Amino acid sequence: MLLQRFLVRLLTMLVTLFGVAIVVFVVIRVAPGDPIAMMLPPGASDDDIARLRALYGLDKSIVQQFFIWLGGVLHGNFGTSISLRQDVLGLVFNRLPATLELATFALLMAIAIGVPMAILGARNRGTAVEAGVDIASGATLSIPDFLWGLVLILLFGVLVPVFDISGRVSPQLDLPFVTQFYLVESILRLRFDLTWDLLKHMLMPAVALALPLAAIIAQLLKQSLKEVLDLDYVVLARVKGFSETQVILREALKNAALPTLTLVGVQFTFLIGGTVIVERLFSYEGLGNMAIDAVINRDLPLIQGIVLVFALLFVLINLAVDMMYALLNPRLRHG
Amino acid sequence: MDEARISRRGLGPRLWLAGGWLVLALLAAIFAPLVAPQDPLAQDLMLERLPPFWLDGAEPGYWLGTDSLGRDLLSRLIFGGRIAFIVAFAAATSACLLGSALGLIAGYFGGWADRIISRVVDIWMAFPPVLFAILLVAVLGTGLSSVILAIAIIDWTRFCRVIRAEAMSQARMDYVESARIAGYGRIGIMLREVLPNVLPSVVALLSLEMGIAVIVEAILSFVNLSISTDDPTWGSIIAEGRLSIHQAWWVLVFPLITLILTVLSFSQFGEALKARFDPVLR
Repeated sequence: MLLQRFLVRLLTMLVTLFGVAIVVFVVIRVAPGDPIAMMLPPGASDDDIARLRALYGLDKSIVQQFFIWLGGVLHGNFGTSISLRQDVLGLVFNRLPATLELATFALLMAIAIGVPMAILGARNRGTAVEAGVDIASGATLSIPDFLWGLVLILLFGVLVPVFDISGRVSPQLDLPFVTQFYLVESILRLRFDLTWDLLKHMLMPAVALALPLAAIIAQLLKQSLKEVLDLDYVVLARVKGFSETQVILREALKNAALPTLTLVGVQFTFLIGGTVIVERLFSYEGLGNMAIDAVINRDLPLIQGIVLVFALLFVLINLAVDMMYALLNPRLRHG
Repeated sequence: MDEARISRRGLGPRLWLAGGWLVLALLAAIFAPLVAPQDPLAQDLMLERLPPFWLDGAEPGYWLGTDSLGRDLLSRLIFGGRIAFIVAFAAATSACLLGSALGLIAGYFGGWADRIISRVVDIWMAFPPVLFAILLVAVLGTGLSSVILAIAIIDWTRFCRVIRAEAMSQARMDYVESARIAGYGRIGIMLREVLPNVLPSVVALLSLEMGIAVIVEAILSFVNLSISTDDPTWGSIIAEGRLSIHQAWWVLVFPLITLILTVLSFSQFGEALKARFDPVLR
């Protein structure tokens, strides 16, 4: 049952990725403006142009180009970046860890903010505290990450300049890292001075990304908690003499978490999508920031590579959430 | 639902506050040449980085101060509202029409239509929306119509998903069966019976989408990919403000407040409208 579900999802995922590949390819090939012309000096001869076109495969038909490109992608060859003249896959893998660290940190922040808010609201249901949680989460949710980023820049970059609002790490620092997972590596190497510097840079963009998701978690989890809190076994725990907070933490939370989990998965992909502009806003050297440069430079192979990697990330997260849901839901587990 | 419940949920004041701000901002944008105190494009280096009116060094007539080229901030915000509202209405309406039509077809007819449309929605959801928007505008070329088109191409899925689900549940209801027995055709039932029942959701989403469109336009002009650089937009003012944040904070603060108020108003207005129109809630 579970395996069957997994295989169906896997197949759907591959179809989706193939669709994404076609869409990206079509969108980019209808783009006016010749990327080759932008690479060459004004006096280049027709021969030079033709040679370069052949080198990048631009002299073939669109369908041929698509399958040549797709064949390359399946072998891990995403082509060569036109603006940076390096292997696309290498460039993407160089930047992806920065984005993954930022997004994961933001997800943890969202949970750290959202879950206590939900518990606070459910604990004090029907009171002004719950209304306060509702209003706070409603307003937080309506304001997108881009605007939160700007608000944070003003508050903690200018008004009270306590956090860094630009870059991933202080440029004067000597970095001993061999991977691009700076935060993870700094912890493993016990270089907490570097961890602190990285966190100081990461905190503001992460909070900007986390706030809308935290609001969703607060609203949804509070709702499920309120539903669970009226069930018999919870009433029993209350009769046994547990306090309301204990009842929520020990009994209600694990049963209320399932609907929230599914939604958080989908919302996490939105959060990752948000890194594109938030990284730009904070000059954070991640994949999204590079993507915007690639679009501005009309770097077709690089854009294709980045969008595909984002799409892969999105469908993998959805697959993981779906499987987690199936594993945790007793009805599906035994069905 | 009785009046007491509605007022307890605070719909009245919310609707008025949100609607009030939107009407004010819209009127200012429409009558921008009459309302704006200065020419939004006029540069005067003698007047650069003037602070807002309550601070020392402010000049009368430049209420919210000036940017690094001496351009009046209030006038630029008022004129920027024109682009914001044009994009909001045009892009959200286009996305709504496209998405609702496809959602209605997928949800009501089901079968192959549903399978194909749902697959396309899945593919669309696998794109990071902001990157997709930037990519589309780069491909279509900068300009007002490109921005509108890009937002419609990306955000139709928001309508499609919700309307599909609603139409699906409506299609199973008794009244649809009754209409079928009464001899109405499938398209007739869809348009006469199902459509009016999904309208409250459409209206709420439409208002929400207008706020999203305003943000996307601001993001696009922030990365310098929206309309021509001469016309002031909220996003381009924010981009200037981000650069001169340590010299002139007001160039970032005022467009930010404008954007937040506008986005909040659109979403609150949508919620309030939904509650008013929803036959079940009413």
